[in-house]
Amino acid sequence: MNGDDRIHLSYQVEGGDLTRAGEASSGVKQTLRKLGIDPGTIRRVSVCMYEGEINMVIHANGGLAMVDVGLDDITITLTDYGPGIPDIDKAMQAGWSTAADSVRDLGFGAGMGLPNMKKYSDEMKIKSIVGVGTTVTMVVKIPS
Amino acid sequence: MRHSVALALKKCRGCTTCIKSCPTEAIRVRNGKATILPNRCIDCGTCIQVCPHQAVRSQRADVREALERFPYTIAVPDPALYAQFHNLDDVNIVLNALLAIGFDDIYESAASAEVLADVMDDWEKDHATLTPELSPACPAVVRLICIRFPDLLGHLAPVITPVELAAILARRRAEEAGIPPGDIGVFSIVPCSSQVTAVSAPNGLKKRVLDGALAIRDVYLELLEPMRQLSHAEILPLASGREGASWAFSGGEALSRRGARYISVDGIVNVIKMLEEIEDGRMPDADFIELRACTKGCLGGCLNVENPFTAKMRLKDLIGNMPPSRTPTAAAREEVAAILESTEKPEFLPTFQLDPNRRKAMEKLMLIQQLEEQLPGLRCGSCGAPSCRAFAEDVVMGRASVDDCIFRVRERMQHEAVGTDPDAYLPAPFRRRARSSAKDGEVTS
Repeated sequence: MNGDDRIHLSYQVEGGDLTRAGEASSGVKQTLRKLGIDPGTIRRVSVCMYEGEINMVIHANGGLAMVDVGLDDITITLTDYGPGIPDIDKAMQAGWSTAADSVRDLGFGAGMGLPNMKKYSDEMKIKSIVGVGTTVTMVVKIPS
Repeated sequence: MRHSVALALKKCRGCTTCIKSCPTEAIRVRNGKATILPNRCIDCGTCIQVCPHQAVRSQRADVREALERFPYTIAVPDPALYAQFHNLDDVNIVLNALLAIGFDDIYESAASAEVLADVMDDWEKDHATLTPELSPACPAVVRLICIRFPDLLGHLAPVITPVELAAILARRRAEEAGIPPGDIGVFSIVPCSSQVTAVSAPNGLKKRVLDGALAIRDVYLELLEPMRQLSHAEILPLASGREGASWAFSGGEALSRRGARYISVDGIVNVIKMLEEIEDGRMPDADFIELRACTKGCLGGCLNVENPFTAKMRLKDLIGNMPPSRTPTAAAREEVAAILESTEKPEFLPTFQLDPNRRKAMEKLMLIQQLEEQLPGLRCGSCGAPSCRAFAEDVVMGRASVDDCIFRVRERMQHEAVGTDPDAYLPAPFRRRARSSAKDGEVTS
C-alpha cells in the first residue's frame, strides 16, 4: 500500500444537471463492493453521497466529491464554490430548503438533504463562508 | 451453479460484440474466443440476443427427449408461448395441442400467477417486507440483486416464480391422482435463458421442482401442425384468466396487485438504474416494483419466436375475450401461502470482491487504480475486456497480461523499435495522425 494506506476517489460533479446526479455515488458503490465492504455501510455511503451530490447540483453549480477509504472508515468530502450557507443550524432542520420552485417541481428540494446526510453518517462537519463556498465532511465507520 | 447460457466455441469469432453489452461485465475474449466468468453471469440472455454469429445459446432440454423420459409428463407453459402464433384466437388451441404432441397434463404458469397475486395481497398484511416491494418473478433480476444490490434483498417478495409454483402444484395434483412420484416429469416451457437456469438453480427454493425447461421456440415448431389439425370438438377449456396471461408482458404482474401503486420496469439497463436509485435512498413513491430483464417483459426473452412488440399486440388481442381471472378457493390460497412460507431469501454473492481480506483488497484496488491511469480509457475492447477499468482489474487479478493492451504495445514499440512508426500497426480509429498518403476526405484501403 502507499504511504497513507487509504484509497482516494474523486469525482467532478457538474452543476445544473440533475439527471446526472448519482453518477459519483454509483461509482463509489462499485468500488466499495470490490473491497468487500458490507452492504449496509455501502448503502449509508451511497445515501450520503447522493444527497451531497444533489445539494451541489442544486445550490452550488457543482463541485468536487472526494471519497477516502481506510480500513475502518470512509470519509466523504464535498467541496463547492457556491453561495455558502448563511445559517447552518437552520439548514440542518428537516424540511427547511431554499431550493427554487423549479427544482421543487422536479421533486427535489424537500429540505431533507443535510438531515439525511447527518442521519446516515457517523460524523458530519459543515464549513461554509457566504459568498465563498461550502465544505461538508462526513465519516461513515465500517463495522469491524 | 450451472448456467444455461453457454458458448458454442466453433461459432464464436471473438468479435467482442458481447463483452460491452453484458450488464455485469461477465464476458472476456481470450485467444479469439469469448469466455464467461461464471460467478458474474446472471443468465439474462443479452449476449444471446446481440451475438451476430449465434455463438451464444441457452442450453435447454430437447422436446422429443423430454416427452420420452417419463411415463407421465406435465407441461408448465409460460403465457409468452401464446403470443407467438399468427391468427390464433383461442389460448385453448395451444394448450390442447400440447396434449396432442404427448404431454399428459398441463398446468399453466398463468394460473399459478393468479393465485400468487391473490395470496400476496394477504401476505403483505402479515409479513414485514421493506417498501417498495420488489418482484421476484424474473430470475435474472433476482440474481442481479444477489450480486450487485445485496442491501435490497430485504425488499424482495417471497422468491418463487409462477412457473416454479405451477410445477409444485402440478406434481402434487398428479401424485394425488395416484401416479407414482417416480413416473412424473414436469417441464416448463419458457421464454428466456434465466428461466432455463432457474430449473437447476432456483433462487428461493431449497430444491429443484422442475425436471427440465423447454424453449418456447422449440415447442413452437412442434405445435404448428397439431394446432392446425385440432377440430373444434376436441378443444377442452383449459385456459385460466386474462390476469395471469398478462404476466408475459411488462406491467401485467403489477396490474394484478390490486390497489398497489406500482412501477413496472423492463430492460436490464433500466432495471439497474431503478435499483441504483433505490439504493441511493431515492425511493420512488410506489408500493410495488415489477422488474423484468427483457424489453417488454417476458415477451422479449431470447427464446421466443416473435418480436416483443408484435407479440404484445397479439397477446392483448388473445386475452381480450378471456375471463378476468379465476378466483382461487380458500384451500388453494392456504396451500400457496404455505409454499410461500417455505421459500428462502437468496443470499448475497460477493462476486465483485477483490479479496476476502480487506487490506489485501485495498492493495489490489490501488494497483488497479494505478494501472487504469496509464490506460487510454477508450473502451475499445481490443484487449477482450469491456472497459479499461475491467482490464486493469483482470491484470491485477491475474486474468490478463498488461501486454494485451494494444496501446501499451505502441508505447513499447516507440522505445524499442527506433525508426518504425507504431501508428502503422494500429487500427485506423486509434492512429494519432492520418496517413500521409491520404488527403482529406479520401478513403484509403
